Amino acid sequence: MRKTLAVYQKELKHFFYSPIAYIVIAAFAVITGIFFYLYLSSFVEAAFMDMIRSQQFRTPPQKFNINLQLIRPYFWNLALISLFVLPLVTMRLFSEEKRSGTVELLYTTPLTTSNIVLGKFVAGLTFYMVMLLPTVFYLSLLFIYGNPEFWPVFSGYLGLVLLGSAFVGGGLFISSLTENQIIAAIGGFGLALVLWVIGWAANFSGPGLSAVLNYLSVINHFEDFAQGVIDSQHVIFYLLLTTFGIYLTYRSVESIKWRA
Amino acid sequence: MIEVKNLTRYYGDKMAIKDVSFAVQKGEVLGLLGPNGAGKTTTMRILTCYMPPTSGEARVAGYDIWEQPLEVKKRLGYLPENPPLYNDLRVSEYLEFVARVKEVPSNRIKSAINSAVQKAGLEEVYRQVIGSLSKGFKQRVGLAQALLNEPEVLILDEPTVGLDPRQIIEIRELIKSLGGEHTIILSTHILPEVEMTCGRVVIINRGEVVAEDTPEGLTRRLKGTERLIVEMDGDGGAAEQVLQKFPEIASVQKEAQQNGRMRFTIEVTSDIRRDLARAIVDQGLGLYELRTESYSLEEIFLHLTTKEEVA
Repeated sequence: MRKTLAVYQKELKHFFYSPIAYIVIAAFAVITGIFFYLYLSSFVEAAFMDMIRSQQFRTPPQKFNINLQLIRPYFWNLALISLFVLPLVTMRLFSEEKRSGTVELLYTTPLTTSNIVLGKFVAGLTFYMVMLLPTVFYLSLLFIYGNPEFWPVFSGYLGLVLLGSAFVGGGLFISSLTENQIIAAIGGFGLALVLWVIGWAANFSGPGLSAVLNYLSVINHFEDFAQGVIDSQHVIFYLLLTTFGIYLTYRSVESIKWRA
Repeated sequence: MIEVKNLTRYYGDKMAIKDVSFAVQKGEVLGLLGPNGAGKTTTMRILTCYMPPTSGEARVAGYDIWEQPLEVKKRLGYLPENPPLYNDLRVSEYLEFVARVKEVPSNRIKSAINSAVQKAGLEEVYRQVIGSLSKGFKQRVGLAQALLNEPEVLILDEPTVGLDPRQIIEIRELIKSLGGEHTIILSTHILPEVEMTCGRVVIINRGEVVAEDTPEGLTRRLKGTERLIVEMDGDGGAAEQVLQKFPEIASVQKEAQQNGRMRFTIEVTSDIRRDLARAIVDQGLGLYELRTESYSLEEIFLHLTTKEEVA
């Protein structure tokens, strides 16, 4: 545990000592901020137009649900942007150590493979959560100036963190396969994209296969979280995917021992 | 302290080391000497549990590298050929990380870092970012890292490579002073380095142990492996006649130079420079150059291997 913590803190230092981290955080904040502004202004405009219309035609105004019409699509949007950004977070985790030869330090100290893999995984996930912080600020504006429901926001973030941990696990695995950060980033992105679009393929395949593909599609499981429903089935799906990614990383790191 | 038995390692079907065996006693400084690509790094990587051998076994500090790698690693300090440093961390942060990872108890981390910093002479750069340090300091940070857990066994892969002459002397002094307290294996391809620091030498060439000896024994064995280079007037037979008078000459290679001079490369069994010079001058021939030339490391290995086969 102590050693895992040491690895974790070291990884966080790597993140926050590097300019790339701040560029990633800033880019994520700006992009999600722009989308927030667009969603919000179109929501406000729709509500405003409806108010004018109801006054003109003396009809009762429609019900506008901010959770349904703003927060839900915004979480979908955050999930999509995460898909693009997370490979940049995970790319360096192992490949940089392989390139610079510091793996030789990690593998010859009393660190176990789990110490290394878990420390790195949690550090990646922590960084992702830091990245999400600006969006908490955006959404809190809604709570200040309006009265959205709280629990769908909570479940949305839970979904994002679970989705993120699955992507971090997969990205970590890809990073452990190569010493080239670019390859790790592209590979991680490709993997995330495949898991994302695999559901589309379900539309064109037989009934048996389509059920499997639908289940594997990471985004299908996100839907309920965005709507404010925490279903254990989806929680388990993401946890399984994360565990699988960590397990593969573990095997990939251990593989140096049986490649004799 | 360290026992190595018949270690063999293949990379794919390329053999890196074959049947390497040696033993190191507690407190001894053992030099692994060999040309580049001889298998020194591979041997060290196996001993540090970085990679497993294809076959053979080894025990470090009483623990088998295959059965109890964690116990081995706890008692080990390892400086790889390229010091494994994080360029974005400060020296202090880096050493703290390594100390924690090496299971130094938290109340002793500070004193462990202090003593390692002192031994490696890092006081002035302690707060600096590693990436901004010179090669020499980086090497020393690597060394400090290896010393942090006060290891029973120190394994140093070419610890003086890339340093300037003054730093090389400092590091050698340091290694010498660490012997006795720690058991040390160091690798090098520099012959004099072994003489200065090691109590015993294992010579590896092309993945196999060629010889194992004390530095003195090694020097003794290499005696008579010097060559003489002689350049003189050589009008046909006169020069060769002079050389034929000396029974100490084992073999002669001649090479015609411009302006009628001859250059001879002579293998001798004892130092005959004085007599040879006189003989040449007495003969009335001009002597332009007379010097000894040491064999390169590669040639020494060749020499040793062929000699071993004869014996």
